Order: sequence, then structure tokens, then C-alpha cells
Amino acid sequence: MAGLLEVRDLKTYFFTSQGVVKAVDGVSYDVAPGETVALVGESGCGKTMSALSIMRLVPKPQGAITGGEIYFQGRDLLQLNEEEMRRIRGAEIAMIFQEPMTSLNPVLTIGRQITETLEAHGAGAKEEATERALELLRMVGIPDPRRRLASYPHQLSGGMRQRVMIAIALSCKPRLILADEPTTALDVTIQAQILELMRDLSRQFGVALLIITHNLGVVARYADRVHVMYAGKIIESASSREIYQNPRHPYTLGLLRSVPRLDQPRKAKLDPIEGQPPDLWNLPPGCSFSPRCRFAIERCRGEVPPLREVREGHHSACWVAESLGQRVNR
Amino acid sequence: MTNNEKAPKADSLLLEVRGLKKHFPVFRGLIAQRVVGWVKAVDDVSFFIRRGETLGLVGESGCGKTTTGRCILQLDRPTAGEVLFAGQDLARMSDAELRPLRRKMQIVFQDPYSSLNPRMTIGQIIGEPIVVHRIAQNGGECRDRVDELLLVVGLNPHMAGRYSHELSGGQRQRVGVARALALEPEFIVCDEPISALDVSIQAQIINLLEELQERFSLTYLFIAHDLSVVRHISDRIAVMYLGKVVEIAGRQELYESPLHPYTKALLSAVPIPDPAVEAKREHIVLGGEVPSALSPPFGCVFHPRCPIAIDECSRALPELREVRHGHWVACIRA
Repeated sequence: MAGLLEVRDLKTYFFTSQGVVKAVDGVSYDVAPGETVALVGESGCGKTMSALSIMRLVPKPQGAITGGEIYFQGRDLLQLNEEEMRRIRGAEIAMIFQEPMTSLNPVLTIGRQITETLEAHGAGAKEEATERALELLRMVGIPDPRRRLASYPHQLSGGMRQRVMIAIALSCKPRLILADEPTTALDVTIQAQILELMRDLSRQFGVALLIITHNLGVVARYADRVHVMYAGKIIESASSREIYQNPRHPYTLGLLRSVPRLDQPRKAKLDPIEGQPPDLWNLPPGCSFSPRCRFAIERCRGEVPPLREVREGHHSACWVAESLGQRVNR
Repeated sequence: MTNNEKAPKADSLLLEVRGLKKHFPVFRGLIAQRVVGWVKAVDDVSFFIRRGETLGLVGESGCGKTTTGRCILQLDRPTAGEVLFAGQDLARMSDAELRPLRRKMQIVFQDPYSSLNPRMTIGQIIGEPIVVHRIAQNGGECRDRVDELLLVVGLNPHMAGRYSHELSGGQRQRVGVARALALEPEFIVCDEPISALDVSIQAQIINLLEELQERFSLTYLFIAHDLSVVRHISDRIAVMYLGKVVEIAGRQELYESPLHPYTKALLSAVPIPDPAVEAKREHIVLGGEVPSALSPPFGCVFHPRCPIAIDECSRALPELREVRHGHWVACIRA
């Protein structure tokens, strides 16, 4: 598999007055051209920081990429200078953020925000850029696009704003789009619209998608591969079908079991993951999940389990992954 | 589960809402402000809740579900309609008359970050209603009660001395629940109590709410937008769209045979965490967006997005009618 993006042992740390937070701690994954990959995890697990690291947009001065490589089309992004990196952002790798209201400029018209991106990456005359903006708005399904070019973000609904964000992301024909919780701020019926749109457009243009989300359900329908993160590390990765049918990490299993499902009979009681999310300043020794894990053995509290292949193409960072499989299939 | 919607016995009812309306004025002009329109946040909503029951109220943002909850508690005063709590109409009462009744009705808010005062300790936050309503005879009694409440919601009494920023989201929401329980209420409005929490914590809070309901015979109005959670916790469910209730039914009935096209679309939009199931499911993706509550469409408010709308739908507002026993729907095509 020729990788479009290859992240290798990425480490992004934050140096705060209370100590060092290892937001991303040795994470590796690949994205093939045209593929949809999901990073799943809860707040603070490092999924957003892993995406910001690809764009080299980690908040300074506290945050810094302290190790690893990020190969994009064979080039290590971490070795580029700021000018070279600027040519990649937007043009080759685009980003869609969670909150379309705060990520659009409130004092610029929609049209200007799209043409700005085009002009920044050298896309010819003004008329040409405007025509391209119109075409993009039409492509993402915005009704009456000519009028919308003159609108401001506050005149648009949340769903429409997210469509504009997608139009901007697509404007320079990138090879990869990083979508950070693209539908979390939207209503359920609009979420479905936006996800369908993203899938159709990525197929149409062969753009690879890296979707970052906390919602396992969202991933099920759209991703080819899933990586589950916990406390800065990838703890399980597999094809999406495999991960749902055959989870091999207690955390993934817990996430799948704790949500009520509409396609199954109602349970008398939900089956939550006990305990609190990890305190990143003060992680336990051994496996970070061990204090909340009902399958934990003595070894889990002393030794960090490595991410290893437990079935073909299926990796898990758990000492008891194999026996877990038997319990699940029961 | 069968529901006798039509004629529940008066003493089995805790709350009845009749023709509830809440219209907010829209102003224009900086100095000489004039009203240029009205947002009909809640427009002619009626339902009831039995004692010990959980009614789920679902809908998308802006549909009026939170305003409905606030109008029931008289945190927002309704524009019109009746809110009968144990037979008394709260909407007509003065603030002084309401005060003793407020003990019986509490609320748990969505955001456990902004709903706890950062300058008060957890003990002061939970103790405040006890002090305000003069429940405890002295400070020691108040502290005992706070400790007891912390234990009830699964927190260590040591937490009483801490501040909210020291707690995780799930622990904060437990504090929010303890504060709501402090006055031994009969009725609690849970306004999206889990949507700000991490997935792994959501189930903990749901289980806690269910345990407390059983232990203290509580009645809940559970407001949420997540239909899978609502099905889990509710006995009956009301679906709102643009200020109106479009369907009410028992949970089983609503999920197995929804009648309103909006309910069907909402159900089909809920993702299921299993690609094999997802591949086989039929998805109804609604076109368009929720119209502005400032100028709702004429006739059925859903007709511009409705996949089965006919001409008639744009002419008259459909009544909420009982089509099956305990199953009400506002759609002429259902």
C-alpha cells in the first residue's frame, strides 16, 4: 500500500507549569490515496493534536512536536521550512474544523473567503477565482450560490456554514482533507447530509479523508480503517468492519457496549466504562486504561502493552487481547 | 407497554401542559426599539406526565424543547397556556406563590461546566438550596445532608471541600444531580444532561438517573436530541419540530412504528455502530434545513422538507390526533 500520508512514532508534548502532557505519544498510522481513515477517541485523547501536528499548527509556545516523522507524498513535513509548509497547507492538505461559526471569518463575505484561499495559492485572475468559487458552492449543494457569495457567515445556518468550509477545503484540489469533528456541532438530520456530501465528494475527486471523531456510529458508515486512541496512544486499529465485529481492546469494547443501540432491543441497564477519564498530568504506570479495565491483570499495571498484530490487519495494545476475543464471541 | 393517553386518572398525573405557548419578541433599532416580529419558540404544545414516569422530549436544536422545559418550571413565563402541576396551574401563580412549589421541581442542566459556580465549593453548591429553603436547622445538619447527597450520587463526601474545576465532567454532572436532589423534589427536568459528557461517562450518568428515579420515585422530563439514549430512558416520547409536538407515543411504539415522516427521518439519521447493519439500513436524508421560527411555513411546519407532502399540507395546520391507542400524531398523511 503506497501511503499518501505516513505518520511514524509522532510525539507532540505540552510543557505546562504543572508538568509535561504527552498529548500524542508515539502514534503511527497510514492514509492511502482516496481512503477514509478515522481517529476515534474522547476529549483529551490526542486525536485533534495529532491532526494539528500534520498541519504543523500545534499551539505554541507550550506545545511542540518532540519526535517522529510525518511523510506526505514521500516528504517529511517536519523537515520543511515555514514557507514550504505554507504551500502545502490548504493546497495539498486542507482542514475542516468542528465549529463552522468560529472557523470562518465573520467580517468577510463567503465569496471572499473562498477566493482568498485560491489567490493565496496562485489561482489566476479575480474573475476566474469568483467563477471557481461559484462552482464550488454549487458542488457542495448551496442553493442560490451567486447570492450566497455576498453573504456573511452569520447569515448562514450551521449546516450551510459547514458546506462552505468543505467548499474552501476543496478549493485548491487537495490530496488529503483532515476533518476534525466535522458534524459534532450540527443537528442529527444535517449531520447525515454533510457526511453523505463529504463521502460523495471524496469519491468524486479521489481525496483522502482523515475523520477525527468521538462518535463510533459516525465512523461505522464512512470509514475504511479505524484507529482508536486513548491517553495519547493508538490502542487499537483495524478495518471498520473488523473493529466493530471483533473488538480486541477493552476500551473499544467498553465504548461499543456503553451506548444504547437503536437496532437492538432495549437493555434494562447500560453497561458503562467505570471510573474517570485519564488525568494526563498523572498517568498510571503500565497501561493507561488499566485502572478502568475490568479485564486488567497484574502485568497491565506494570508494563505498557505495545500495539501488536492480533489478527491479520488488526492491531491491539492489550496484554489480554487474545482471551478478550473469546469472551466477546461468546 | 400500553398507554391510556385519553383519560388518565387525575391522581396518577403529576404534570399536564395545555396549549403552552412561548413567543419571544424580536426588536430592531438601537435607541427607539420596536418589535418587528415574534419567535414562536413553543407554539401550542400539550402533553402530560404520569407520576414516576419519564417523558422523553426530542428534537433538533431550536425546536423549542429546552424552552418547553423552562416554561414548565416557570424559569421562563409562558405567553399562554396552562402548566398544571399536581392540579395547580403554575402559569397563573405569582413568584411568591410559586416559591414553596419550587422545592418540588428541579432541573439538571446540560453543561456541567457553566452551571456550577466556580467560586463556590461543591459543598456550598449542593448546600445552597438547603440554606435558601431553610431545610436544615443548623450548619452541622446541612453538612450531613450534603455528605449524604454526595454519597447518593456516587461521590466521596471528601469532595465537598473542592471546587468544580478540580472535577471531571462526569463528576461535575453528578454534583448537578446532587444539587437537584437536595430539596427532595418530585419532578426533575433533565435538559440534555449527558450531551456535554464523554461517551464512556454518559452511560454512568444515565444509570445513575435511573437508579435515583426508582429510589426516590422521581418523575422526569428528559430533554435530548440523541434518540438512542431517549429510547433507553423514557417510558413515552414526544417529538418536537419548530415549536410544535408532531408525535407522542410509548417508546416501543414510537421506535417500532413511527408515523410522522419527521420522526422516521430522525430515527434513520441515528448512526448505528456496526458497518454490517449500516450497510443494510435504509437512510432517509432530509433535504433542506429547519426553517426560521421567526417565519414558520404556513400549514404543516414540516411540509417544505417532507418527502410525502401533498398540496393540502401547505394549507392547514394538522391537528395532533390519536391514531392508535396512546399514539398521537400531527400529520394528515399518517
